[in-house]
Amino acid sequence: MIGLEHYLTVAAALFVIGIFGIFLNRKNVIVILMSIELMLLAVNINLVAFSTHLDDLVGQVFTLFVLTVAAAEAAIGLAILVCFFRNRGTIAVEDVNNMKG
Amino acid sequence: MSADLAIVLPEIILSVYAMAALIFAVYTKKDAMAPTLVLATSALFLVMALWIGTGGSATGSAFNGMLQNDGFARFAKVVILVSAAVVLLLSQGYMKQRGLLRFEYPILITLAVVGMMVMVSAGDLIALYMGLELQSLSLYVVAALRRDNVKSTEAGLKYFVLGALSSGMLLYGASLTYGFAGTTTFEGIVQASEGGISLGLLFGLVFMAAGLAFKVSAAPFHMWTPDVYEGSPTAVTAFFATAPKMAAMALFARVVHDAFGTVVGDWQQILAFLALASMFLGAVAAIGQTDIKRLMAYSSIAHMGYALVGLAAGTAVGVEAMLIYMTIYVVMNIGTFAFILSMERDGRHVTDIAGLNMLAERSPGAACALLVLFFSLAGVPPMLGFFAKYGVLLAAVDAGLTWLAVAGVVASVIGAYYYLRIVYFMYFGDPDARRIDGTIAPLNAGLLLASAAIMLLGIVNMFGIEGLAEAAAASLVN
Repeated sequence: MIGLEHYLTVAAALFVIGIFGIFLNRKNVIVILMSIELMLLAVNINLVAFSTHLDDLVGQVFTLFVLTVAAAEAAIGLAILVCFFRNRGTIAVEDVNNMKG
Repeated sequence: MSADLAIVLPEIILSVYAMAALIFAVYTKKDAMAPTLVLATSALFLVMALWIGTGGSATGSAFNGMLQNDGFARFAKVVILVSAAVVLLLSQGYMKQRGLLRFEYPILITLAVVGMMVMVSAGDLIALYMGLELQSLSLYVVAALRRDNVKSTEAGLKYFVLGALSSGMLLYGASLTYGFAGTTTFEGIVQASEGGISLGLLFGLVFMAAGLAFKVSAAPFHMWTPDVYEGSPTAVTAFFATAPKMAAMALFARVVHDAFGTVVGDWQQILAFLALASMFLGAVAAIGQTDIKRLMAYSSIAHMGYALVGLAAGTAVGVEAMLIYMTIYVVMNIGTFAFILSMERDGRHVTDIAGLNMLAERSPGAACALLVLFFSLAGVPPMLGFFAKYGVLLAAVDAGLTWLAVAGVVASVIGAYYYLRIVYFMYFGDPDARRIDGTIAPLNAGLLLASAAIMLLGIVNMFGIEGLAEAAAASLVN
């Protein structure tokens, strides 16, 4: 029987993979965008699992909001990335270094 | 239903205005309409601030507690609206000169302000998230406004990646809070955490605090701040340093008091740690900076540390001190950025601190006003900045956090060094350095002088802001 704990474990694992994808990735900014998406989807799994467990619809409504915002976020991220690529000619993570920090 | 709508009427008006302005500008002369839109937007902000500030708008809780328009929200909204209006007017000359004044700019600022207004009146995790994202998504774009410039787009990219990461953390915390409290309303979360917090809720609280710490740029979640401040167009940096900081700090206060008000001990240590780290990092890291925008970034990190000291006290007095601190911080920053925006050498905008050498010789008035502002930022006694710091540290001592207050005093002494170093450059610096021209546009000069005058004259009664902040804090903490 698959219970709440299983879903929470999967979501936590995906969330951690997402965070590590942002920090350990040295190659490509697109991978960072994918990692961000992974984090948000992990949260969605959490919300839907809790929603079913609590028998409360608010969690699923929250999920729909998160999905919408995630789409908008990805659109804006890609737009900024395109602008950056036009100026810099590369999207390698180690080249995002015009300012120290 | 119509009662609910009446409560969110200011937000509705601003949203409808933003959409109408977008369509209007697209179908008319596009960027040529930008100056008109900037003026209209500032005027609308000021009208809204007056309307909310005088108690004209409906108050109370709307949509089953989803949004709370209480005294606390109104105080924060007035500060946000007024500072956004002033910064918008201030940025017009700068943006125009550099061909950056696009019609999207005032519209994006309006949408960000709507997001901030939703943030400060959030009474539910969903409202909190939507407000935060509306603000953040608008600001990512504004940071990359100079789209033909590597630095500006890089600032936008960094802001986006780290902002999205922080939203993810906040959201993960929100999902855990929802699961273990069984509801997304702050009211329900308070009830669920009564008489001790469960482990799941504690995890939710920690993740949400981390996400919010990113938004207020508190150490150790500050790494985006210096780069974003340096890379963004200076007018946008001025905006970042004022209204969004106030909104994020007010949201932080709302989450810890409205949603976790019964378990003060649990979040007090988190906030105390964030405050301690921010104060010292801001003070130490700013010392070696050569760019005044980066310096202001570290300065804002340190100031957020002090505001968090007030919040860490966990009392109504602490929230009051935090609100006063943030208001004074916003006024000081508007004055300082009014000057930074007009720093030019041979007609080009520069931001290196060395350009300030012997400024007192060329423009004694501006140098004197800046001296007052930097003394106030450092917290030197006769200026208002001192009373702001005094308030938060006193609240911390009253709450039994004497060690944090002592640390705050030590950090402010370290921090005073870099502010005084600039004052030294202005009055006793190297006359052979490549200096700035020292000319200031009338509006910038007026705001610089007004801000400095407020820092000096405010010591009489702080313009009565204390009573307002007290009432605002009382409506949040009960």
